[in-house]
Amino acid sequence: MEIVDILLSASFWAAAIRIASPLIFATLGELICERAGVLNLGIEGIMVAGAFAGWMAVYSGTGLWVGVGVAMLVGMLFGLLHSFLTVPFGLSQHVVGLGVTLLATSSTYYAYRLALPEVTSPPKIEAFQPYEIPFLSDIPLFGPALFAQTPFTYLAFVLVFVVALILYRTPLGLAVRAAGENPAAVAAQGLSVTAIRMGAVIVGSGFMAMGGAFLTMSAFDSFFFEMVNGRGWICIALVVFGSWRPGKALLGAILFAAFDALQIRVQQTGFGAEIPYQIFLMMPYILSIVALVVMSRRAEVPAALMVPFNKGER
Amino acid sequence: MRLEPVQNPSLARKVLPPAIALAFTVLIASLLAMIAGANPFSVLGLIIKGAFGSKFAMLETLNRATPLIFTGLAVAVAFRARFWNIGAEAQLYAGALMTVLLGTGFLPWPSLALLPAIAFISILAGAALLLIPALLKTRFGVDEVVTTLLFNFIFLLFISMLLEGPLKDPMSMGWPKSARLLPEARLPRIVEGLRLHWGFALAILSALCIWIIQTRSTLGYEMRAVGLNKEAAAFAGIPVNLVLIKTALLSGGLAALAGFSEVAGLKGSLTLDLSPGFGYTGIIVAMLALLNPLGVVLAALFVAGIFVGADSMSRAADVPTYLADIMLATALLLMVLAIMLTRFRVVRD
Repeated sequence: MEIVDILLSASFWAAAIRIASPLIFATLGELICERAGVLNLGIEGIMVAGAFAGWMAVYSGTGLWVGVGVAMLVGMLFGLLHSFLTVPFGLSQHVVGLGVTLLATSSTYYAYRLALPEVTSPPKIEAFQPYEIPFLSDIPLFGPALFAQTPFTYLAFVLVFVVALILYRTPLGLAVRAAGENPAAVAAQGLSVTAIRMGAVIVGSGFMAMGGAFLTMSAFDSFFFEMVNGRGWICIALVVFGSWRPGKALLGAILFAAFDALQIRVQQTGFGAEIPYQIFLMMPYILSIVALVVMSRRAEVPAALMVPFNKGER
Repeated sequence: MRLEPVQNPSLARKVLPPAIALAFTVLIASLLAMIAGANPFSVLGLIIKGAFGSKFAMLETLNRATPLIFTGLAVAVAFRARFWNIGAEAQLYAGALMTVLLGTGFLPWPSLALLPAIAFISILAGAALLLIPALLKTRFGVDEVVTTLLFNFIFLLFISMLLEGPLKDPMSMGWPKSARLLPEARLPRIVEGLRLHWGFALAILSALCIWIIQTRSTLGYEMRAVGLNKEAAAFAGIPVNLVLIKTALLSGGLAALAGFSEVAGLKGSLTLDLSPGFGYTGIIVAMLALLNPLGVVLAALFVAGIFVGADSMSRAADVPTYLADIMLATALLLMVLAIMLTRFRVVRD
């Protein structure tokens, strides 16, 4: 069986982890926002902006990690805009989120056209290279899959751990979760719901932008229009699929990416060549919808998600 | 800070915030034009001239506004009931697909029978497409924002598959493009010699119909009630889920008419670039119109004007056309803020 051969090959799992990495960053970012009670539909546009900002910074001569930082800062700026409108002013999170996506995408394209007016094909940068972790990368199957990735991928895994630790083991994490469950109780503790929620959206948006930057700085080495291609929306589905928990979201992202890597390989088999390629390209989106339906009965939605908090009214 | 409702807003409070929002949008656009190395006054002048400056420009703007009126209405109807249909793009293509399927020889009818039939089937197709997310929402509680968004990607790939497979015009060489509509399936021009088709009239008529439904019918009342407060509406005996499904059918059908009108009125065949995001732009149109169906017509003309004007400005002043999208996104965000400030006052603690 061809499929079994594929599933047992290290290169398949290496590809799955690579495909999962940008999703992990962006899903974590969205998860932080939603845990604090804010749905951030700016995710798609913020990923586009991050992809461009990081790549452009490196293209103009900064180091790779500085580029990641630049992407994160740009994401945080859009997060500031989003949270300024949705938290203290309590405006519709749907409308503002879509507006931020539109603004981030169009201003990115505008900046691209201004920065590179003459080019027909975008220039390449020296992207992150795989780094084999000594000894660990020698383990059969798991070694090449998990421990021969780029440092940017390792950062994704570290970040899941750090975010889980902060969310569940620190007062800050408790405050963020409480802001999404019962904001009035947070206010009663003398904490500012506005500050917590805005902070969560700003940090979360920074992570989303890093997810975008992964595409141009590690997965590929160049920036294309439409390269994010709905990944942001898929991450929103992954947050639901992971029941708003970092660890489960990580598993969801890897599972999803494995499926994506599998469809690419099946496409190249004799059986796959007879099916229109569009069917394979549809799979990630269909899978996201199926995941949403399956999880809908079990999902533990943060109680105050999308509920604005205004101290004046009780 | 916190927000306090204003009981009897003064005229200044009603008018000033939106005016300031508009002024800010123009200011930001000017700054961006300056960054691009152009004179902001000439850029703004070129946009207005390119949109409304000549008979040709006016007709172009009206043509561009036509699909936006349909998608704007589709979004306005849905958002009024707080049903977040972000999938107007897919529903538009559903209508376009039906138009091509029926209009290329499948139904050998005369124009007067054929066009209404195609329009009707298109509406059904768009409605059916939105029915799936609507049922997923009412049956399983799946958020329709994400499902409708994902459907856009799925349905566009589906269209791409058809255009490279069974629907491909054998005469079109390598380009994925459907066969051309029969002459009977084309929407005629309103006035002979003027490049404006009956799709525009249909759009205005649809806006009037929706306005009547919303202000004069039980369904309109129920949709508003569900949008204002679902629990209260259910308590008052309104079948909330049924109203949401009816809303979805209406919204999907309206968006599909955009596809019908574009193919039958303007393009004559189906390609993958039929819509440059009309479905998404419909959201801006609906929000700028404050979800009012008659306002949608004005907002669509405004938005279409900016797009058409920016196209010709871009050619003349060498500023990227994306300036139009930035202006609209900025206008959207500032306008929702401004509208809120007409009704609430910011109080310092």
